[in-house]
Amino acid sequence: MSKDNQLLEELTSREYEHGWTSDIEMESAPKGLNEDIIRFISAKKNEPDWLLQWRLKAYRTWTTMAEPKWPNVTYPAINYQDIIYYAAPKQKAKPKSLEDVDPELLKTFEKLGISLTEQKRLTGVAVDAVLDSVSVATTFKEKLAELGIIFCSFSEAVREHPELVKKYLGSVVPMNDNYFAALNSAVFSDGSFCYIPKGVRCPMELSTYFRINAANTGQFERTLIVADEGSYVSYLEGCTAPQRDENQLHAAVVEIYAMKDAHVKYSTVQNWYPGDKEGKGGIYNFVTKRALCAGENSKVSWTQVETGSAITWKYPSCVLKGDNSSGEFYSVAVTNNYQQADTGTKMIHIGRNTKSRIVSKGISAGHSQNSYRGQVHVLKRAENARNFSQCDSLLMGNKCGAHTFPYIDVENNTARVEHEATTSKIGEDQIFYCLQRGIDEESAVALIVNGYAKEVLNQLPMEFAVEAQKLLALTLEGSVG
Amino acid sequence: MLSIKNLSAQIDGKQILNGINLEVKAGEVHAIMGPNGSGKSTLASVLAGREEFEVTGGEVEYLGKNLLELEPDERAREGVFLAFQYPVEIPGVSTINFMKTAVNQVREHRGQDPLDAVSFLGLMKEKMKLVEIDQSLLNRSLNEGFSGGEKKRNEIFQMAMLEPKLAILDETDSGLDIDALKIVANGVNKLRSKNNAIIVVTHYQRLLNYIVPDFVHVLYKGKIVKSGGKELALELEAKGYDWIKSEAEVV
Ligand SMILES: Nc1ncnc2c1ncn2[C@@H]1O[C@H](COP(=O)(O)OP(=O)(O)OP(=O)(O)O)[C@@H](O)[C@H]1O
Ligand SMILES: [Mg+2]
Repeated sequence: MSKDNQLLEELTSREYEHGWTSDIEMESAPKGLNEDIIRFISAKKNEPDWLLQWRLKAYRTWTTMAEPKWPNVTYPAINYQDIIYYAAPKQKAKPKSLEDVDPELLKTFEKLGISLTEQKRLTGVAVDAVLDSVSVATTFKEKLAELGIIFCSFSEAVREHPELVKKYLGSVVPMNDNYFAALNSAVFSDGSFCYIPKGVRCPMELSTYFRINAANTGQFERTLIVADEGSYVSYLEGCTAPQRDENQLHAAVVEIYAMKDAHVKYSTVQNWYPGDKEGKGGIYNFVTKRALCAGENSKVSWTQVETGSAITWKYPSCVLKGDNSSGEFYSVAVTNNYQQADTGTKMIHIGRNTKSRIVSKGISAGHSQNSYRGQVHVLKRAENARNFSQCDSLLMGNKCGAHTFPYIDVENNTARVEHEATTSKIGEDQIFYCLQRGIDEESAVALIVNGYAKEVLNQLPMEFAVEAQKLLALTLEGSVG
Repeated sequence: MLSIKNLSAQIDGKQILNGINLEVKAGEVHAIMGPNGSGKSTLASVLAGREEFEVTGGEVEYLGKNLLELEPDERAREGVFLAFQYPVEIPGVSTINFMKTAVNQVREHRGQDPLDAVSFLGLMKEKMKLVEIDQSLLNRSLNEGFSGGEKKRNEIFQMAMLEPKLAILDETDSGLDIDALKIVANGVNKLRSKNNAIIVVTHYQRLLNYIVPDFVHVLYKGKIVKSGGKELALELEAKGYDWIKSEAEVV
């Protein structure tokens, strides 16, 4: 309860608060996309040939694919030749420790409230910080290594653990999975890699923080998490971008591979720049996130709080292959002004006694459009599969829209699939009740909205829950009255 | 403390209050009675600042200020409290969390530091005792699934927490069983002081046995048509409203 109040007291800034840019010397590729650019990226990173070939194959596949048109979003055509696919902070040599990192860079992350100096605020959270195309620093590496946990940038993983990367890269999201996944596979520049060995419970939250800084640059990062038998890890992802008038493309891929008895919790607070009040600028966020519950009794939980981006296209999914495996999806998606979100999940039941749970809370304000799209697919051999889905929409004002597209596909008649949906408006009565107790209107909205989203927010680790509550309130400021 | 002069208000073009006059001094308890639909809740809403109601005439002075110019949340922070006839449900927000937000905003307005978790809990425990409310109720979502009586008791708990100068209780007695009525009335009496005033809207003399009013007013068709001491309530209980109605129609 004290965190709520802290939130309300901190409710002072009015606009997107991460809209500044840092002045960091950058090195980048020329605009546009072709095989030479891909070779350039691969060479910059000193990659082995197998990875270059993998990228090139993805690129060739991508050129044969078409951008998906089914999401309930509209935007002008993206010119893929007008984007810079690689940008990196210029550094004399690869930093060996934090002392070697450009102080401007460290300042950038300090400003975001992310301390990379380990003894500071985020004790108990290991951070991999990614600025534009490259990973800047990873904290707590040695401590984790004692337990055999690998947590590092993707590039480092390619160098130090090629056998793991080669084995699992694309094993959950194949390079030809969809248009944006193929694009990412061709040009991804960095991201995080994480491996938790057999039977190890990761003692701290692992976190990746993404920041787009350079202009005209796309961000294409890749995260790969491999949880070996009986392991546990809780993973956090946060993101921000400067305020710019043009749209920027972000097309990431996250793959989670969970073996027998493994449990992975993946939480995101997505706060990319959403564009201004008239809908100008903002990030196009086209992300593929998928988990494979490969082993028996494995479990993956996705929790997302989506407040940013001009357009969000994102369906964190679980493929429940192992018997008794389970998948969860908890989501709060807020849209305001001219934001558009088409987000949801897919739960694919393959194994026996597999379970899935979906809790989606949409909040729309301003002129925004907010769609939930969810698929529950129970395959033939998935005896006794269970799914429960709850999709709620909250409307603020009457110029916004909320839409639900549930697809249910059951091929085994022992399955039990339940779906509940509600749509409500934030009540004048509720707001007046708060006002009458001396609570001002902004705080009243924050209180009501956080109450509505509570079931999802409760899934977040404490550190993130506070940030998420603040974000919800900030996103909705000025949307009532 | 509160001075209402010739107050009129309407909603959707329908005139509901027709020139109300009422003087309330610190330390006093006023009871407002009157038939259904006579405008009691409307008066309470207008005083609390509900925007749906349009004030079409008259003035309200509260502690030297023009009350009608203050926003509803400012009125609350200045010490006006309304115990709602129909308390509102807020899913996912506990009474504790709700009160912590409210208490600290009121404190900030008074130039006081916010209460830390420990002092807040202390204050809460003290007030819980006053209205004999259980903490498990306060941990639940505000008013969601509360019984009628629990909602009313929760309103008085909030009143105790916020220590208002002017409290308006709109039918807080309806829905309470006999024991709860005594407890709630007892709580209200403990909150009575020479510095604050209470307006009790009720249909029943029974409540006034416990919260003894200094004045009783009868509201009819948006006007106070009769005022008296506490014996007026007894008379109404015995005779009903017809005699007042006919008196009022004659005038
Ligand atoms: N939103 C509204 N729209 C139209 N008429 C309204 C509205 N709110 C109240 N009224 C009308 O105003 C009149 C007074 O209502 P009010 O609730 O003030 O009565 P009351 O004296 O509190 O009655 P009760 O004893 O039943 O609580 C009623 O005729 C009611 O129907
Ligand atoms: Mg009433």
